[in-house]
Amino acid sequence: MKSIKYILAGILFGIIMSKSEAVSWFRIQEMFRFQSFHMYGIIGTAVVLGVIAVFLIKKFQLKDAENQPILFPDKDRSYKKYIIGGTIFGLGWALTGACPGPMFVNLGYGYLTMGIVIFGALLGTYLYGLLKDKLPH
Amino acid sequence: MIDFIRQPWAWYFSGFMIILIMLLLIYWGKSFGFSSNLRTMCSMAGAGKQVKFFDFDWKTQRWNLLFLVGAIIGGWISSEFLSNPNALELSAATVKDLRGMGIHFNGQLNPDELFSLAALSAPKTWLLLLSGGILVGFGSRYAGGCTSGHAISGLSNLQVPSLIAVIGFFIGGLLMTWLILPFLITP
Repeated sequence: MKSIKYILAGILFGIIMSKSEAVSWFRIQEMFRFQSFHMYGIIGTAVVLGVIAVFLIKKFQLKDAENQPILFPDKDRSYKKYIIGGTIFGLGWALTGACPGPMFVNLGYGYLTMGIVIFGALLGTYLYGLLKDKLPH
Repeated sequence: MIDFIRQPWAWYFSGFMIILIMLLLIYWGKSFGFSSNLRTMCSMAGAGKQVKFFDFDWKTQRWNLLFLVGAIIGGWISSEFLSNPNALELSAATVKDLRGMGIHFNGQLNPDELFSLAALSAPKTWLLLLSGGILVGFGSRYAGGCTSGHAISGLSNLQVPSLIAVIGFFIGGLLMTWLILPFLITP
């Protein structure tokens, strides 16, 4: 029963990603060409609401479902890994029109060729693990 | 009701719903970050035996894998029951630009030239999809997160590292869109 809620949340996520058209290669091209407000509106709304929500959770020290305090760990302080890794990610995002979540949503939607992209993403993740200690962070 | 859902969702409603997912996962004591699943899947496949980075107890990430399974089902439900009967309202400027690169706007989510099964008869399609995937997988782990982990969760928590990562996403995205892609997909 505990597992089902995560599947249900995932289903909702898949529907949101599809219906917002954030899984569309065309929409991602439109975003990187600055030819529509659509994707900026989605991410912008999410970030503004997210900032308010996280602020309120911290201010009122809200608890989670198991009555544990909700903590937000800080990301590692560095800039190299974020700028280099982020740029590599962006190259792939614009090429495939899909970040990791939408890859799987697209697969379910019926775009079976997305399986090749997913295989590539697993390979890329493995390569990172292999080379991790040799890369600047 | 179903007709209402079948329309494409407005950006503000979509943004609100994404934060709802983030808050739901936070309430359950988890965090919203999808690309960790790729690392978990490598670990499940036994990569931990060769590479230390994958040597962790992947069962602690079971919840996120279930979320991933849900995302696939959600995609299927959307195409099967909730799909928009009309063409996607892509900006006319984008349609025109893409036509110049030999990509025809088909009114759907993704172009046939890259994602149809017929396109797989060209070895170039395999190469583009595979290398694009490698870049996303490598880059998201290098940067420690993807759009959900950095652009949504990280920025919501006002994390400067996440802002740097998002700037990187755009540097890479703009380079690919404006300088590289035109050479890659010209027919």
